[in-house]
Amino acid sequence: MATEVPETKKIQRQLTLPLSHAFHMSIRSIRIRFGRSIIVTMSIVLGIAFLMSILSSNAFVTGILEKGPENIKIALQQNLEEIRTRQMWLVSLSLLVCVVGIVNAMLMAVTERSREIGTMKCLGALDKFVVELFLLESSMQGLAGSIIGVIFGGTATFIIYLLRYKGLIWSIFPAGLLLKYSAFSIILGIAISVIGAIYPAYVSAKMEPAEAIRREV
Amino acid sequence: MPKEAIVRTIGLKKTFLLGKIPLHVLKGIDIEIYRGEYISIMGPSGSGKTTLFNMIGGLDKPTEGKVYIDEVDIAQLDAYELAWLRCRKIGYIFQTFNLIPVMTALENVMLPMIFGGMENDEAMNKAKELLETVGLGERLHHKPFELSGGQQQRVAIARALANDPAIILADEPTGNLDLKTGKEIIHLLKEMNKNKEVSIITATHDLKMLDVSDRIIWIRDGMIERIEDRENLQIKVGEVEGEEAG
Ligand SMILES: Nc1ncnc2c1ncn2[C@@H]1O[C@H](COP(=O)(O)OP(=O)(O)O)[C@@H](O)[C@H]1O
Ligand SMILES: [Mg+2]
Repeated sequence: MATEVPETKKIQRQLTLPLSHAFHMSIRSIRIRFGRSIIVTMSIVLGIAFLMSILSSNAFVTGILEKGPENIKIALQQNLEEIRTRQMWLVSLSLLVCVVGIVNAMLMAVTERSREIGTMKCLGALDKFVVELFLLESSMQGLAGSIIGVIFGGTATFIIYLLRYKGLIWSIFPAGLLLKYSAFSIILGIAISVIGAIYPAYVSAKMEPAEAIRREV
Repeated sequence: MPKEAIVRTIGLKKTFLLGKIPLHVLKGIDIEIYRGEYISIMGPSGSGKTTLFNMIGGLDKPTEGKVYIDEVDIAQLDAYELAWLRCRKIGYIFQTFNLIPVMTALENVMLPMIFGGMENDEAMNKAKELLETVGLGERLHHKPFELSGGQQQRVAIARALANDPAIILADEPTGNLDLKTGKEIIHLLKEMNKNKEVSIITATHDLKMLDVSDRIIWIRDGMIERIEDRENLQIKVGEVEGEEAG
């Protein structure tokens, strides 16, 4: 009964759309969901700003230890162990806060769009298109949020150290280290955002559309 | 000319597991739906209409049994073929409209054509035409939240027609609409059924649907109770009305 299928009725294979489609769609989605996007982006900004402030504080201490005047170095070195341990803790803690905060925001933001994902699949979207869409959206949010976060966190710490050590800060300014930490924070911010978004997007995309549409969040 | 079955199900069963307890929602459904028919699937809430739709539309997998669309067993399709089927062969209409909230009416209608690989300009022209056909020529650039329920459902109908599907599956398309708007939507569907020769399958417990249907499939507790032609229906309407009221 299902053996001879006429040519006109043949099922064909869905095309893979060029990435530019997903790109345009994700930019529009971020723009139009502006309010919601801002909230998600803010949690990235906060996480990264916290991380960056701890890292840059680390950088300034290192700078002073390397190039600062003897009297300040000695004062610092007396409780160097303690400072180092505290910094380590703070860095780990801020990393944790940052990861949990961003992953949580992304999980929520994407999971609540499960119905939309299911609908897109009904209209002929391939799973990988859906995943691409969210990959692009979250990496753009991650990039924007992390850059703002690095600027905020770095500047705030700089001002604190400037007030405490005055002109000395300029002579020990650890530009290289700050740059390294900024790059690290931005890459980390993007990576966490993408992972936090891709996981739920992938889960929803892999679901049967009926289930994705039915899923209440 | 022999009637062509565009949808055929054989021994269709669906069981959900609620924890460890199996819930038999469809208990063996055999139906044949022919090209160009307007079918209503009637049954009380919870009888398995949506579940049946999801199986027919390739939106979920049956536990047992087969679904043939145009004589093709859809369980045999890979992801790309299934996406093509959903994109080109079937148009979906939902009770909750399910428009993409960030897109305008026009963009919503364009989406299935874009997924199908159509050029942007061509898709836009066709989407405009379709929106005019459903009476929304003046609302092209409105977002779903700026439209009434009836208007949103019209957009959904235009979207379902985008790639000239052979089948439209409409799951309680009037469920969230008032009486008058519901009637308009039903007549719009009927018009599309006649003009575009698309087979329409609607699930509903809305008795207004009976007028326009070629056949009515009654289901209850996941089984077909009876199948009726419209001609033989007149005598039953009174009884049905009583059932609904009770
Ligand atoms: N994904 C699911 N998981 C568990 N139970 C489900 C699921 N989908 C439907 N059901 C159950 O199946 C029954 C039939 O549901 P449904 O097909 O939606 O009926 P109808 O559309 O006729 O109102 C209901 O009892 C519903 O709770
Ligand atoms: Mg239902």
